[in-house]
Amino acid sequence: MLRHIRPALVMLIGISVITGLIYPYVITGLAQAIFPWQASGSMIERDGKIVGSALIGQNFVGAKYFHGRPSATTEPDPKDPTKTVPTPYAADNSAGSNLAPTAKALVDRVKADVAKLRAENPGVPVPGDLVTTSGSGLDPDISPAAADFQVPRVAKARGMPQATVRGLVAAHTAPRFLGIFGEARVNVLELNLALDKAGG
Amino acid sequence: MTVNGWLQIAIFAAIIIALTRPLGGYLTRVVGGERTFLTPVLGPVERGLYRLAGVDPAEEQSWLTYAVAMLVFKIAGFLLLYAILRLQTVLPLNPAGQGPIAPALAFNTAVSFLTNTNWQFYAGETTMSHLAQMLGLAVQNFISAAAGIAIAVAFVRGFARRSVKTLGNFWADLVRITLYVLLPLCAVGALVIIWQGVPQTFAGSAEATTLEGAKQVISLGPVASQEAIKMLGTNGGGFFNANSAHPFENPTNLTNLLQLVAIFSLGAALTNTFGRMVHDERQGWAVFAAMGLLFVVGVAACYWSESHANPALVAVGMDPALGNMEGKEVRFGITQSALFATVTTDASCGAVNSMHESYLPLGGMVPLANIMLGEIIFGGVGSGLYGFLLFAIVAVFVAGLMVGRTPEYLGKKIEAREVKLTMLAILCLPLFMLGFTALAVVLPAALGTISAPGPHGFTEALYAYVSGAGNNGSAFAGLGGNTFWDITMGIDMLAGRFLVIIPALAIAGAMAAKKTVPPSAGTFPTHGPLFVGLTVGVILIVGGLTFFPSLALGPIVEHYAMNAGTLY
Repeated sequence: MLRHIRPALVMLIGISVITGLIYPYVITGLAQAIFPWQASGSMIERDGKIVGSALIGQNFVGAKYFHGRPSATTEPDPKDPTKTVPTPYAADNSAGSNLAPTAKALVDRVKADVAKLRAENPGVPVPGDLVTTSGSGLDPDISPAAADFQVPRVAKARGMPQATVRGLVAAHTAPRFLGIFGEARVNVLELNLALDKAGG
Repeated sequence: MTVNGWLQIAIFAAIIIALTRPLGGYLTRVVGGERTFLTPVLGPVERGLYRLAGVDPAEEQSWLTYAVAMLVFKIAGFLLLYAILRLQTVLPLNPAGQGPIAPALAFNTAVSFLTNTNWQFYAGETTMSHLAQMLGLAVQNFISAAAGIAIAVAFVRGFARRSVKTLGNFWADLVRITLYVLLPLCAVGALVIIWQGVPQTFAGSAEATTLEGAKQVISLGPVASQEAIKMLGTNGGGFFNANSAHPFENPTNLTNLLQLVAIFSLGAALTNTFGRMVHDERQGWAVFAAMGLLFVVGVAACYWSESHANPALVAVGMDPALGNMEGKEVRFGITQSALFATVTTDASCGAVNSMHESYLPLGGMVPLANIMLGEIIFGGVGSGLYGFLLFAIVAVFVAGLMVGRTPEYLGKKIEAREVKLTMLAILCLPLFMLGFTALAVVLPAALGTISAPGPHGFTEALYAYVSGAGNNGSAFAGLGGNTFWDITMGIDMLAGRFLVIIPALAIAGAMAAKKTVPPSAGTFPTHGPLFVGLTVGVILIVGGLTFFPSLALGPIVEHYAMNAGTLY
């Protein structure tokens, strides 16, 4: 037992220095030299100000922007730190809803969201991703169907022809990786930035 | 389910098959102490560590010495990690100003990471300083993975050697696996995922002003370096609360594919290493085939379940076309989410790219059942192989009983002592998993933090203790922590790790001492389909008999409730 103490301590400290300090510092150095933009969070700037990360969704509520998916993230309640308040797309506190498929809270939430979306675009089926929360609460993407669903609202709010808006959606629809893996998707922040640029 | 979805799964499987032999060969050379292409660079580091530690890498250890060395090392690691977690407020690299970590949570987290579980009763971005993440948690990710592979290699040496008392040198195995396998693969992997968008910075966060003028604080950190070992070491503890669902941990489908491959690759390669070490690669492929069969069944069931929309949501007007998207990311969709959930629980990884709690009842049962079977489907790095070989011992024992002949495996006679030790290792897992669950569903201290009502709440508690003792670390994450959970989960994780490892090493010690019997006409061949079928049967029967009642009370009853339109 005792004769193992020296090797245990030396190996622990040695491996800690190698894998816990040298490794992350070297990787950080290389990352900042080779991929500085990605390594710092893929931040998008407009007029010199950071407007968000290309990889992180943000909460859009206005009619003239495409909306992302519902988000289950929360922040501590400023009045009572033991409680939390719903704060969609809180990028310093990622979380899913963790609601069970048989949870009344889930069904009530979806029912309310479906009603709102149907009022906005009657007669069109409500895409599943527009009424379900993502795993991270920070999903930057929506499905092409979910983007298509919102085109009439956005076009009307901006006074743009629907065809123009649809064209922008198509230009910002990313295919599956290698045409095979994952799903096609539309990055909501990038699409909205393009919309602002196009005017309306 | 679509043709494209099956193609995604098939290509992933093909990549794993293609990697198994080359990586298995490389691992064999590393644990055999042979020269590799990295020796010119890392050899001096390796020898320096031996010299400082006063270790002779050629000195052979008995199973008991090997086990004690491992335990002393683990205890030292626990103390260091516990100290870092408790002291993070006064240590450097805490740009976000994270507060102190309470003793019970620090105990739970330290045990969780040293046992390769990575169960997390905390949210990384609101709890851990950068130093705690990289010098505390990530170091344990390396160490627990290396120790797991070391134990598996020692276990296989028990079968490969004849009439000796020793299983190798723990320190040499530990250092070689860390330096020549984990570190280089992680360095390359980290750079690739950084290219794809995983952050690697010492900044605490960035502040953005959104297009609509709101303030958004975006947590950052040295994510990529930790992400790489989290997947490769089948640890699974996320830098962020949302784990691999978080776009900063897993931004694209390339990173997702790499993460899936990283989870399975070493576990699969070890089956080949096993074959090479016993001088018959077919033995390794038989193990691989049994594991592969169980993988296919699991992924098919999970993919089938999740490609259906939740009937309760369709009833209130949602379009069912996309399947069950609650808790899943758009970029991964159903296929990559279901595949990830299956792979992460086949292995003892526990990283998640979607929230298992929001899976449909039968879809969520797949990861749960995978862990219950012992995570022997490629499994945790190392633990998957020795876990599987324990079942193989039971299988040849059963075969021996059928024909009335002393069972043999790889030329070694399996006798009463080995079978008893095997059953001890196999049965201690359900004892802790089910025993603690039974306790949790009657004690108010535990019930208070279960978030879901109805049968789903039972599954939440069951999943926790199954994941803990199985050293998986994934969760039905609605479960909240408190001191009761911190302590009982800590015990659960320790039992699940060491009450398997110690009997396994004892078996290996007994095996090494035995003579090798040459195969005869009456020997049951362990490289053919009969052995594969028998072992899979034993795994399913043992798991089924033990866990079916608990599954019936949880996901199965919830499935019928859901179809009947019952809500809780």
